[in-house]
Amino acid sequence: MAATESAMRRGSAGQRRAGVGDRGGPLGGLMLAPAVIYIVALVGVPFVMAIALSLSSATIGNPSIHGFIGLQNYFTVVHEAAFPIALRNSVIVTIATLVLVVILATAESELLARDFRGKWFWQILIILPWAMPVSLAAVNWLWLLDSEFSPVDWILRQIGVLGPGSLLGPAGHLYYYGREGVGLAAMTAINVWRLLPLGTIIVLAGRTAIPHDIYEQAQVDGAGFFRVLFRITVPALAPILVVVAVFAALVVFGDMAIVAITTHGGPGYSTQLLPYWAYLKGIEGGALGEGAAVALYMFPILLAAAILALRMAYRSENG
Amino acid sequence: MLIKRILRRIGFWIAMVLFALFAIFPAAYMLISAFKQDGDLYNVANNPFLFNLPPTFKNIEFLFTETQYATFLWNSFFIGLLVVIITLLLAVPAAYSLSRLVGRRGAQSGIAIFLVYLIPPTLLFIPLFQLITTINAANTIWSLVLVYPTITVPFCTWLLLGFFKSMPRELEEAALIDGYSRWQAFLRVALPLAGPGIATCVVFAFALTLSDYIYAATFVSSTASRTISAGVPIVLISGDIYFWQALMAATAIVTIPLAIAYGLLFGKLVKGFQTEPASGT
Repeated sequence: MAATESAMRRGSAGQRRAGVGDRGGPLGGLMLAPAVIYIVALVGVPFVMAIALSLSSATIGNPSIHGFIGLQNYFTVVHEAAFPIALRNSVIVTIATLVLVVILATAESELLARDFRGKWFWQILIILPWAMPVSLAAVNWLWLLDSEFSPVDWILRQIGVLGPGSLLGPAGHLYYYGREGVGLAAMTAINVWRLLPLGTIIVLAGRTAIPHDIYEQAQVDGAGFFRVLFRITVPALAPILVVVAVFAALVVFGDMAIVAITTHGGPGYSTQLLPYWAYLKGIEGGALGEGAAVALYMFPILLAAAILALRMAYRSENG
Repeated sequence: MLIKRILRRIGFWIAMVLFALFAIFPAAYMLISAFKQDGDLYNVANNPFLFNLPPTFKNIEFLFTETQYATFLWNSFFIGLLVVIITLLLAVPAAYSLSRLVGRRGAQSGIAIFLVYLIPPTLLFIPLFQLITTINAANTIWSLVLVYPTITVPFCTWLLLGFFKSMPRELEEAALIDGYSRWQAFLRVALPLAGPGIATCVVFAFALTLSDYIYAATFVSSTASRTISAGVPIVLISGDIYFWQALMAATAIVTIPLAIAYGLLFGKLVKGFQTEPASGT
């Protein structure tokens, strides 16, 4: 199946052919240069500066890169109690989010791939979370899961699963952002909520690459809905689902707005995430070098995950 | 057979309603809260989804008269617009060049571009802040205009690279044979065909810009230059005091028009991604 898809894709992508105008001479370089110069100046240079900072004893009071101390900062931060917790939480929230987004986006695309009346209206509802800037989404969820006035708690109390003598305990409130487990779950929920629209859009785009006759054949063979879903749709979508997973992982792993606005990483370090801890260390705590070291610990993890994922996508496309 | 079809229909609509509810539930509660009076909002005994006291526009009035919300809105949209223009100017030619002009290796640079996207703002903001201070741009909206394309250019180049690659070359080749120059072929033939990809880039560049929190919160500290993303939480949350209704109103005013706009563009966004996936193979 994957082979057909890739063959088809290659066909539509146009065979590579040398010859007429394949190279544009100086034009190619000229058109590429502005973007490359910009990226080198504002991503490349700062990236190197970040590495230099992480090897220095720079502080916010004396921010110039000075006092080369080797890998000292890296050792210091690893031995802090917060590090393993923040790393663990970041990994948990990221993986939970990407698994849920991949599953839900596949399901949602199954619905939106059809034509039905008033589809535009449903598309507006579905895309809404993505239209909300992250920090405002965090504020929205902060209020939704307020310790005292949460309407979710209210519903749970109305149906009798929360409150004195009930399933979820006597308190009458779940205190979402004040406890480790629910705090991490709440942050995962926010991430899933806001990334699902994008995930669905990408999966929907991937579906159009599945040839129609396969479905028609399946229908002739009398395959049921779930059989078609798991035997045809999901395997054919595998490469695009990997793309969705990588996207979700990148966005979630690097984000600090949600944790900064909702739990603040607390209580204690129990819901801390790596990017926010890096921020707290580097900016609030003033230890620029240590902050940069924490942030740099994230890079190899992201890199490894992305390469692995893209390789898998590549394999299944050519397999 | 008929029963099976009816059951499928019911299943479809139940699933659709559940997904829509999940998407709009927080926002619906936000919208109700935005119009509530204090006495209604802060009463645990009340049904939180109903107006137990008459709705009020006081909170929205407060937002526009007592805070600089209007300035935040203007800043965000102005920055968004400029960043979209800069992004297109950089990313469209770069993607075209990679897909057509610099040979095979260029067309396979998808992964390399993706790697740039891997470096999170959390890692870059400290050195970038130092950079911005040295060019005296700290505390101005220009610092954000300068920095946001670092988020949007790699993404849009990657997206457009896939888009150009999936476009048949024959049309441009025909144009070249007809005596167009490469540049003309790009402008008159490739660019119009890339419409859906470019539209998707515009929406994404704008959305990513609007959504950024870390740069907006750290590079700008004067209220007059703040964006919605950083300004709203910082100004409307002071210590332990949350101006909940105003916060909700501030969020609704931004989100609802954008949701409608993005929702109507939904089909276009899907088309924008209809290219070879990320792999850059």
